[in-house]
Amino acid sequence: MNYLHSIGEYFLMLKGTFHRMTKASVLKGLIIKELDDLIIGSMGIVAFLSFFIGAVVALQTALNLNNPLIPKTLIAYAARQSIILEFAPTFISVIMAGKVGSYITSSIGSMNVTEQIDALEVMGINSLNYLIFPKIVAMLFYPFVIAISMFLGVFGAYVAAVLGGFVPPDLFIQGLQEDFIPFHLVYAFIKTFLFAFILATVPAYHGYYMKGGALEVGQASTTSFVWTSVVIIITNYAVTQLLLS
Amino acid sequence: MIEIENLHKAFDGEEILKGINYTFEKSKTNLIIGGSGSGKSVLLKCMLGLLTPEKGTIKYDGKPYSEFTEDEKKDLSKQIGMIFQGGALFDSMTVEENVMFPLRMFTHRKKKKENLERVKEVLKRVNLEGSEKKLPSEISGGMQKRVSIARAIVNRPKYLFCDEPNSGLDPKTATVIDKLIQEITHEYDITTIIITHDMNSVLEIGEKIAFLKDGVLAWKGDKSQIFQTDDETVTDFVYSSNLFQKVREAQQKGL
Ligand SMILES: Nc1ncnc2c1ncn2[C@@H]1O[C@H](COP(=O)(O)OP(=O)(O)OP(=O)(O)O)[C@@H](O)[C@H]1O
Ligand SMILES: [Mg+2]
Repeated sequence: MNYLHSIGEYFLMLKGTFHRMTKASVLKGLIIKELDDLIIGSMGIVAFLSFFIGAVVALQTALNLNNPLIPKTLIAYAARQSIILEFAPTFISVIMAGKVGSYITSSIGSMNVTEQIDALEVMGINSLNYLIFPKIVAMLFYPFVIAISMFLGVFGAYVAAVLGGFVPPDLFIQGLQEDFIPFHLVYAFIKTFLFAFILATVPAYHGYYMKGGALEVGQASTTSFVWTSVVIIITNYAVTQLLLS
Repeated sequence: MIEIENLHKAFDGEEILKGINYTFEKSKTNLIIGGSGSGKSVLLKCMLGLLTPEKGTIKYDGKPYSEFTEDEKKDLSKQIGMIFQGGALFDSMTVEENVMFPLRMFTHRKKKKENLERVKEVLKRVNLEGSEKKLPSEISGGMQKRVSIARAIVNRPKYLFCDEPNSGLDPKTATVIDKLIQEITHEYDITTIIITHDMNSVLEIGEKIAFLKDGVLAWKGDKSQIFQTDDETVTDFVYSSNLFQKVREAQQKGL
């Protein structure tokens, strides 16, 4: 019953977000600020994680490749598939649920408990639009983050496999190109867009509708992280079932 | 003028406001006093449309709020200034940006220069020159309160709502703020509603006073009446402070 109530409230929130728009000149400033906080601010950690996870994936494949019948190109092939299909879009998004998500929940939540949201409403501003719409727009650029993550993941794999002496460069490149299905990229970016929307709105919901004081803001961030990851993982399963099977 | 009729508000079945009838007059400082938890802030939030009452009407200059269209509500909100109990300053914005905010929302971008002038003017009125570029976290609580006041009056509101505007201020600044609110109330014919705990404010600017107790309007009058009434619920509250107790004893002795 409670869950149903929350789901209903979430969709009402979405409806309210695209309603009674804030002045365009004000929105522009807000969107630029969110781009800086949500997108630019995530680049560093995403780059770091992607490079090293890519490297480890290649390293693990190489180390477990003892059968001489299996071609060395598999190292690159396996790295490419796992990075493009799951690691970059899904796992990075779960990590972003912690970084971007808890930032969104705590910033909206603290505005909630200090009556800043009430102050917006008193001024006749649609606080849902003012607070959430710019975040959704900024997150439209999230696929760029994932594209960079894919690139750096594969680059990490190259560095580990080639510089580590497991496979010569030409074989690695050959493996990268083997059996490449362009639709896999389409699939990956479709889910990235969905995750971007989830990353912006589920944490916003938890911040906007929380009650209490500073302590509860912290709790809301934790709950928000849990739910955002759950929704991402379930969406991932559904989209994969729908598009790939 | 704001009239409220038979206003009821409950949270989770617990009645906080139990049928309030009252008229807040124009060009007057209308005070709401009462103990902590008596429902003063809830009453204010109902009037502002932040909370929806279960029952009752709120009329702005004769027109019920429930009959306002979206556009009319928007127009009304341009005419409202609100000082929140905790300040409610936007903490990502500087003092100047906070005060500028309502102007930026409602005026054309070309007016930037005029707006800046206006911001300067109100900041001066609350004695905050020199702090324009600071963030709310970098100034004291009393200064935050004054920024909040500046933000509420920058738009020249027709209705001014103040939830304890001078709590947390030193007595001198508190009096200055009280006087300032009273002055602009008369100057611009504002309907001003002030929630306060401060008996000094009652004494200074209590042009109309409503006393709220456990969600009912227990007494109404003005500052000359409140110090003479024999109504015990009121005297209990008013003379809970030692200072006023002494003043009363002195009065009774005919000093
Ligand atoms: N959003 C809310 N949800 C549930 N209960 C609330 C809510 N807001 C206020 N209350 C309850 O309503 C009662 C009155 O609160 P209110 O804030 O109006 O008191 P107050 O008269 O302003 O007190 P103070 O002088 O301390 O500010 C309190 O018991 C409070 O717990
Ligand atoms: Mg209060």
